[in-house]
Amino acid sequence: MSLLPGKKSSKPPRYSAAGLIVKGARKQNWPRVWRDVPLKKSYDVVIIGGGVHGLATAYYLAANHGITNVAVLDKAYLGSGGSGRNTAIVRSNYLTPEGVAFYDRSLSLYNTMAADLNLNVMFSERGHMTLAHTDSALRTMNWRAEVNKLQDIDSSVIDPSEVKKLAPSLDTSSNARYPILGALYHPPGGTIRHDAVVWGYARGADHLGVEMHQKTEVLDILVEGGEGSATDAHDGKGAGGKVTGVRTNKGDISAPIVVNCTAGWATLISDMAGVKLPISTRPLQAAVTEPVKVFLPTVVVSGSLHVYVSQTDRGELVFGASVDPFNTYSVRGSLEFTEELAGHVLELMPGISKMRLLRQWAGLCDMTPDYSPVMGFTPVDGFLCDVGWGTYGFKAGPVSGEQMAECVATQMTPKLIEPFRLSRFSTGALVGEKGAAAVGH
Amino acid sequence: MLLVPCPNCGPRNASDFAYGGESHVRPNPNQATPEEWRSYLYMEDNPAGWLKETWYCRSGCRRFFTVERNTATNEFREHPIPGTKLGGKA
Ligand SMILES: Cc1cc2nc3c(=O)[nH]c(=O)nc-3n(C[C@H](O)[C@H](O)[C@H](O)COP(=O)(O)OP(=O)(O)OC[C@H]3O[C@@H](n4cnc5c(N)ncnc54)[C@H](O)[C@@H]3O)c2cc1C
Ligand SMILES: [Zn+2]
Repeated sequence: MSLLPGKKSSKPPRYSAAGLIVKGARKQNWPRVWRDVPLKKSYDVVIIGGGVHGLATAYYLAANHGITNVAVLDKAYLGSGGSGRNTAIVRSNYLTPEGVAFYDRSLSLYNTMAADLNLNVMFSERGHMTLAHTDSALRTMNWRAEVNKLQDIDSSVIDPSEVKKLAPSLDTSSNARYPILGALYHPPGGTIRHDAVVWGYARGADHLGVEMHQKTEVLDILVEGGEGSATDAHDGKGAGGKVTGVRTNKGDISAPIVVNCTAGWATLISDMAGVKLPISTRPLQAAVTEPVKVFLPTVVVSGSLHVYVSQTDRGELVFGASVDPFNTYSVRGSLEFTEELAGHVLELMPGISKMRLLRQWAGLCDMTPDYSPVMGFTPVDGFLCDVGWGTYGFKAGPVSGEQMAECVATQMTPKLIEPFRLSRFSTGALVGEKGAAAVGH
Repeated sequence: MLLVPCPNCGPRNASDFAYGGESHVRPNPNQATPEEWRSYLYMEDNPAGWLKETWYCRSGCRRFFTVERNTATNEFREHPIPGTKLGGKA
């Protein structure tokens, strides 16, 4: 393959206060931050999905490996999937050593992102607290804290009085319906502006020559020489096949490497290559209140009550929960969600009963059986996956992009993502993260 | 709100049920290879369209049943009597 290595580390231009004043005084418009160019007939790498994962992969291919003949295709607009709908929580206090190492790398990339991309991504390292209301939850918190400490992650179990000090609005009394027995506290966790992350990677990738094509839907993946897919034994797809390109609503593109970064739509894309995935699509809903004075300094998660909450810099409370209880590709919100959410939030914070919800929304999540992703090579040569991001993939965007780019450039699976290979489902080597990822995303 | 058509209790709110996921034919555990067994355990069809799935009527008749639902629109269609051929393209 003709992927020429070579390093290019130039950053996109910086935004400055002086620029803001000049532009404002001259009443100039801000230019578009990525080019809108015609689709070419061939690329070295085609990435399907313009969310944080697809864009980060494209960016690191260009920035770390000098591979710039790359197109990111999205059927809608950049960030239209989970990347523009999530509740923006980042943390690394997972349960398995594999997960902890992986998410910690992502957090360190987030830490330097604003400087690396020359864009303020509004990273707020406000701390992350997972409440325990039962003895078994407390046991899991202790387990997580020990796994975390062994890998140098700032994470410890605190008692209800310390919880009260960190978040006085929480009902820590012992006569609450679900009394708070303690919490796993993770100071490096926090929130980051998800749109800025999407735009930052898009702008950075564009600056290095990568093309972004919106409203470009992949309709089929062109594969030759495979043993046939589940629906057609003679279509040349499936195991043993080789990718030659993709078919889009704007014509065919040839490419030796196609990367699937489509999250909730992941199985629809991998079906086109004849690759089966252990993924089901579920909506996750979230909601936001009217803004009030800042009173909640940390992110608070309660697994037992199926809810988490954080306060934005503008003062709105952002709520989330667990995924909806059945598979669907519909992102319609439901009353059950709002009712249950309100009831549970008021158990935790009785003081906010007069606050009003402004809006609620949903996004599609690609759930795997072990709450860990599916990354790297598949049985189809040249078809790679970076999917299975469920409800926790936003925080993993940077490290996934970095590792997938390395995987594409070196044609070898990097160590950090080796545990997340697709073949773990045929060997049984699952990476169980449910205890750390089912509610606190 | 999703109304799930229980064959015994009629349409009821989805929160009265437990979702059983996709209905697949279980391979014979004594004959299946580990590979086949794990594929049955973990792999999903996950179509954006008609899906044959299992529900458990938790707060009603407490029976399991299978129905077909369109995962893109969330409409249900009546599941044919066992042994008959599926109508239409699934
Ligand atoms: C309400 C909610 C809250 C969340 N909260 C958090 C959180 O706090 N922390 C966290 O870490 N994670 C969170 N997540 C999960 C996180 O948002 C996702 O895991 C992550 O955004 C996935 O990013 P992605 O780039 O893989 O996919 P996406 O951003 O979903 O992008 C996939 C893209 O693929 C495109 N696409 C699909 N089909 C095609 C096709 N045929 N052709 C071309 N393009 C196609 C889509 O248009 C879409 O833009 C949350 C998710 C939701 C819904
Ligand atoms: Zn019933």
